[in-house]
Amino acid sequence: MSDGGTSPGGAGGAGGRAAARGRQAVWADALLAAAVFAVDPTGLGGVAVRAQAGTARERWLAALAAALPGPVRRVPLHINDERLLGGLDLAATLRAGRPVAQRGLLAESDGGVVLLAMAERLSAGTSARLAAVLDAGEVALARDGIELRSPCRIGVVALDEGLSDDEHAPDALADRLAFHIDLSDLSLRDAEEQDTAAPSASQCVIDARARLAAVQVSDATVEALCATAAALGIASLRAPLLAVRAARALAALAGRDAVTTDDACASARLVLAPRATALPAPPAQDEDEPAEPHSEEQESRAETPPETGEPRDDEPAADAPDKPLDDVVLEAAQAAIPAGLLAQLTLAQGSAPRARSAGRAGAVQQGKLRGRPAAARRGEPRGGERLNLIETLRAAAPWQRLRRAETQRATGDGPPRIEVRAEDFHVNRLQQRTQTTTIFVIDASGSSALNRLAEAKGAVELLLADCYVRRDRVAVLAFRGRGAELLLPPTRSLVRAKRSLASLPGGGGTPLAAGIDAALALADAVQRRGETPLLVLLTDGRANIGRDGNPGRARADDDALTAARQMRLGRFAALLVDTSPQPQPSARRLAAEMGATYLPLPYAGAAQLSQAVRAVGADPVTR
Amino acid sequence: MAVAFPFSAIVGQDEMKLAILIAAIDPAIGGVLVFGDRGTGKSTAVRALAALLPKMRAVVGCRYGCDPQALGSACEACRQVAAAPKSHLVPVPVVDLPLGATEDRVVGALDLERALSQGVKAFEPGLLARANRGFLYIDEVNLLEDHLVDLLIDVAASGENVVEREGLSIRHPARFVLVGSGNPEEGELRPQLLDRFGLSVEVRTPADLPSRIEVVRRRDAFERDPAAFIERWRKDDERIRRKIVAARSHLAAVTVPDAALEQAARLCMSLGTDGLRGELTLMRAARALAALEGDAVVGDAHLKRVAPPALRHRLRRNPLDDAGSTVRVDRAVAELFGA
Repeated sequence: MSDGGTSPGGAGGAGGRAAARGRQAVWADALLAAAVFAVDPTGLGGVAVRAQAGTARERWLAALAAALPGPVRRVPLHINDERLLGGLDLAATLRAGRPVAQRGLLAESDGGVVLLAMAERLSAGTSARLAAVLDAGEVALARDGIELRSPCRIGVVALDEGLSDDEHAPDALADRLAFHIDLSDLSLRDAEEQDTAAPSASQCVIDARARLAAVQVSDATVEALCATAAALGIASLRAPLLAVRAARALAALAGRDAVTTDDACASARLVLAPRATALPAPPAQDEDEPAEPHSEEQESRAETPPETGEPRDDEPAADAPDKPLDDVVLEAAQAAIPAGLLAQLTLAQGSAPRARSAGRAGAVQQGKLRGRPAAARRGEPRGGERLNLIETLRAAAPWQRLRRAETQRATGDGPPRIEVRAEDFHVNRLQQRTQTTTIFVIDASGSSALNRLAEAKGAVELLLADCYVRRDRVAVLAFRGRGAELLLPPTRSLVRAKRSLASLPGGGGTPLAAGIDAALALADAVQRRGETPLLVLLTDGRANIGRDGNPGRARADDDALTAARQMRLGRFAALLVDTSPQPQPSARRLAAEMGATYLPLPYAGAAQLSQAVRAVGADPVTR
Repeated sequence: MAVAFPFSAIVGQDEMKLAILIAAIDPAIGGVLVFGDRGTGKSTAVRALAALLPKMRAVVGCRYGCDPQALGSACEACRQVAAAPKSHLVPVPVVDLPLGATEDRVVGALDLERALSQGVKAFEPGLLARANRGFLYIDEVNLLEDHLVDLLIDVAASGENVVEREGLSIRHPARFVLVGSGNPEEGELRPQLLDRFGLSVEVRTPADLPSRIEVVRRRDAFERDPAAFIERWRKDDERIRRKIVAARSHLAAVTVPDAALEQAARLCMSLGTDGLRGELTLMRAARALAALEGDAVVGDAHLKRVAPPALRHRLRRNPLDDAGSTVRVDRAVAELFGA
């Protein structure tokens, strides 16, 4: 779980003042996180800031900049490895006549803080490189003929502008950043009111840094933070470790030499609360009562809540006069969990936790300037291709002596340092791995259910096996009753797809237009991510609920056809499987309108189905 | 990374530690794949290995660290040298393949500096040369570029790196144990690569509170004062090192009775693993385990312990099967050996 909900304040206008107070508390915590992070940027890893570009975020960044003694470097989103990690310095190499290494942005930022803009769009590759640097404290470079290790002790501020729950900074990176703050609900006023109280003087931070190494943490505090993390269902062990470091930095900031209960509480609030994936079991009934049933992935975690009480039995040292430290810290963290989270958690219990949404390893990037690098090839840079400097120089190197002599004979000039000719040119070859996301749109209405929903499910399962072979991602949308519902956001977990199908009920009206609209929106989102959407629509084509949610067959049909035409404009590859017992003209017409391949299920065996999908997926133009 | 976290100080994760030790005892097993949750100490364990391994004897001045005792498989330069080349003790290489590494640095390439300044065509060995006789570690193995993956598979299988580029034509020994780690959420590994790893381990975050606390406490202590922490664990690391040395010398003497071979074959048949690689790895891993524990004969207990890491990644996968492959192996083991 990377970030809190998007709308915890959405409880209505009733508690307006309480909500404002809540937002002020969020802002105060955000400022506190900035100050603590400034004390130990390397140890704490960084801050993930979820917010749209705006005043609140700007003010927060200003507060951070004021607290930090050093500058903050910006890392552009699509930075290439050469600039990020380092590579060959073109100008210096040509001048010196021998390879000269150039440090990358990360190595240049050693001892400082780097700022990642639009972290939600960060590729898995870049995020893994950053994670490796954060783990090792150095940049390991093995490229362009250079092998170099340079120290790189940095902190990372990841600006996450994601809107939906599905869009967030990569988990691998977020896991290594101590603080996850969410400023998206803050208004201008919330951010301003506290601004004067912000610890802006970097002198505090410098003093705190000097004190940091000597700050003591008691075993009881470490235990309390670990227990709290476990109670909140936080699986990663980095979280409690970061919380211990944050507690230490908090104490240093306050001018103390030992971590107090307050520091531990604040650390739990800042580090652990935003990562919570489960709410701890109420203390009164935690003896034998099993925890709430969670999804399968949480099985191991589900056992942890009862253990919160455990240290009480065998751990008399931790006993404070009134309450054990564990409980105090846990309460502090719990108080900071956004109100909306509870609702999300209950929602998430049916399916898997959100953070499990599949990785983006295979995201394609289009054009000659993007993609995964493959081996370089000989050729001149044309049409936006990039010259691969190192391969070009390598190709030129063996000829230098001959060419120098030749040039000298021809012109009488002194020898140039390096003579590179057109035939030496090598260009980067990038491999575009096109990841396909198959979106299943299932008509679960009453008419379909009567006909053959079960068979449609069977057909989808067959297709899923195909998707596994091609390493496709799959998403499942269903429509029935009044609207469409996204059962499964794009994922690579086919087991989850199967599970979501199994639990799909049938019945109700056929809001075909709403289904197509939802499919279109999802296909758009998939395409924006750089993947190729493939739509598989299973319906009998008999709509009876219009776009406005009102029944009426004629209107509903019109709406469905309009939606189908809009889909055609998107030029998505699509397949329509007619699930009615007899092939229906309405379904065939719908397929024609949306430019989809039409396949009546009565005649479609398993083999034909998968063949049809393969044909559509392979050649999206034949529609 | 200046100093590595001591191997013996890693809390729990017994299967991962065992798999790494088995690979260190018998490199022929063919590498270890560690897949699992974030923050479970995958890369910590692999990097700790370097400090643990006993030193090896290598030819002085050889860029590939050739073994003076086995010149038959040495590089060309070493083979041409007279009968007994000078040798010295060097640490076993544990080479980290950094993310973003380019092909020229992996396989080796024309030495650009010498080519440009002196006009000499010389080969500059890459990471594969350095990893010869040691370990090659790939963190985030599922994020590796495809062409590098192909290349590594090829070299790991043949034990030889063939370089044909920029007018160079070089071949040198590159026998290394491939160790990969990754997070399954970042994408699955291609089946071809999966099969090349001898053992595969799934790591999970410890679920019980006391060991979670211990992990955090030790990690914190290590970061506060690495030198003192390593000193505190030196004796335990030394004990493991002695066990590896003893197991290596003991390995050849361990016998595998026909009954054990039959059990291994039965287990593979009941699981329907593809090919014979599963049986072979299972047998070798069981032998290495017996050597590690000082047993003279491979028995059912050894097979039972190494069956999950040796077989779980070789099952033909049914994408719609809810039960993980670990469960399937456990079930088959229970059926065969009796619970």
